[in-house]
Amino acid sequence: MTTTDSLPVDVTALRADFAILSRTVRDGKPLVYLDSGATSQRPTQVLDAERRFVETSNSAVHRGAHQLSEEATDAYEGARATIASFVGVSPGEVVFTKNATEGINLVAYAMSNAGTAGPESERFALGPGDEVVVTEMEHHANLVPWQQLCQRTGATLTWFPVTDEGRLDLSELDSMITERTKVVAFAHQSNVLGTVNPVEPLVRRAREVGALVVLDACQSVPHGVYGQGAVDFGALGVDFAVFSGHKMLGPSGIGVLYGRRELLEAMPPFLTGGSMIELVRMEGSTFAPPPQRFEAGVPMTSQAVGLAAAVDYLNGVGMERVAAHEHLLAERALAGLSEIPGVRIVGPEDTVDRGATVAFVVDGVHPHDVSQVLDSLGIAVRVGHHCAWPLHRACGVPATVRASFYLYNEPSEVDALVAGVREAQRFFGVGE
Amino acid sequence: MQLESMYQEIILDHYKNPHARGLREPFDGESFQVNPTCGDEVTLRVKVTDDGKIEDVSYEGQGCSISQASTSVMTDLVIGHSVDEAMTTMDAFTELMQGRGQVEPDEDVLDDGIAFAGVAKYPARVKCALLGWMAFKDALARTSNGVEAG
Repeated sequence: MTTTDSLPVDVTALRADFAILSRTVRDGKPLVYLDSGATSQRPTQVLDAERRFVETSNSAVHRGAHQLSEEATDAYEGARATIASFVGVSPGEVVFTKNATEGINLVAYAMSNAGTAGPESERFALGPGDEVVVTEMEHHANLVPWQQLCQRTGATLTWFPVTDEGRLDLSELDSMITERTKVVAFAHQSNVLGTVNPVEPLVRRAREVGALVVLDACQSVPHGVYGQGAVDFGALGVDFAVFSGHKMLGPSGIGVLYGRRELLEAMPPFLTGGSMIELVRMEGSTFAPPPQRFEAGVPMTSQAVGLAAAVDYLNGVGMERVAAHEHLLAERALAGLSEIPGVRIVGPEDTVDRGATVAFVVDGVHPHDVSQVLDSLGIAVRVGHHCAWPLHRACGVPATVRASFYLYNEPSEVDALVAGVREAQRFFGVGE
Repeated sequence: MQLESMYQEIILDHYKNPHARGLREPFDGESFQVNPTCGDEVTLRVKVTDDGKIEDVSYEGQGCSISQASTSVMTDLVIGHSVDEAMTTMDAFTELMQGRGQVEPDEDVLDDGIAFAGVAKYPARVKCALLGWMAFKDALARTSNGVEAG
């Protein structure tokens, strides 16, 4: 039995920072929030930072010479530095986007713009005969933009399959990633299976053939890596990476695209307009250096400030502790759910290279119905294909129930989930 | 929340013992519908007589108890009725489902369909309850008899 005293994170104290976690739902049931993989909750510190910014310094950044504009610009660029340092890169390599989806689209559209953007961008251009390699376990956000890029350019999309155990099948690594490959895009951690994918062999092979590596880090940056701590893009050696603010205690409406400096410097823009220019004449324009080149229009400022506050919060707890805490929760959930006859984990059944996202199916009870019973008990989980439809097809299930944990979840909430699944079986007359 | 208010006995009965299930020949129109948020799907066929009567509705699919039971109830409500009557019933059911629990169902029209009144209080599940009906409407529109649906 795990007591809260022996946990890597002082959950009881920490939960006081999240007002929403003390509310009740569905006729007075305490909320058990197990859907942080979809969106996380925000601590008071993040809300306070946003409010403080709006109440004192709010104005448009990078324009105007008044004091508020200076303060806002400092806050915005300070946030960029905080966030960059969190993932082991330089501030100039961090581009703020609306969300991670926009970050991936930015790269994909910059690549299709590269064909006509001059010799400097030729290395990003794709055409017939070129290949983009993804995996079968991608979130639609790291699949559909690449399908579309291939459609626009005549390049071919290929993908690594997933093993029965829910791991990437890299047995054909050298024949999958070849001289034809221009882009290798994959998730650091699956948003369904919880699998943490091996970045090193993919980066090494991509380097050998000169392909660019795009990492979807939406499910890894918020949680860190067990035994290591914060995700470090510099150390991983990827070329591009994306993550979103709202999955890591921050606001919605802000995401991050990391790009290696020399790549961002050579890459043509996606969205164009104000702020991203160098010189504009009626006949044509030149563009600002990165990251401004990729931030057209007045950017989101209080969101950037809020995300930096979220990073400070996570650093305050310590990413090693966050990952260790989630590891314990995942272990407990896997053990508890596996004990129930008729419940099948979809994804790795052990905690090796695995995060605290646990998808499962219950024989004889559709995931929607399982989640409805859980909801009636105050337990919020995600249900469906979680924007990873091809992965579900590969796993032979139309949908799954997904519980995803974060630093503010307690062992007792894992137990509530396990008891809730048993209750769903009882209600629908299946199981023991 | 009273779980039983959504999962009425009638719904669970239809879920466990669905009526008219299976795909049958001959048919005049077929529709494949999918709920993109959860991946649930149904393939549904209709057979309409020359004088505009629904002779058969057959279907296959995978989905939750609500979508499966709703499709089963629908077959009871439309088979043997005229296309016009079926459309009236469909309108009544759609109104019930979109009423956020504020619409009083008419048992004379909806029969077992009134059991879904509780589902209407859960917006996330309304799509489930309407999946089979959407397939029925679309399949009718695809019949060679040129039936104008809805």
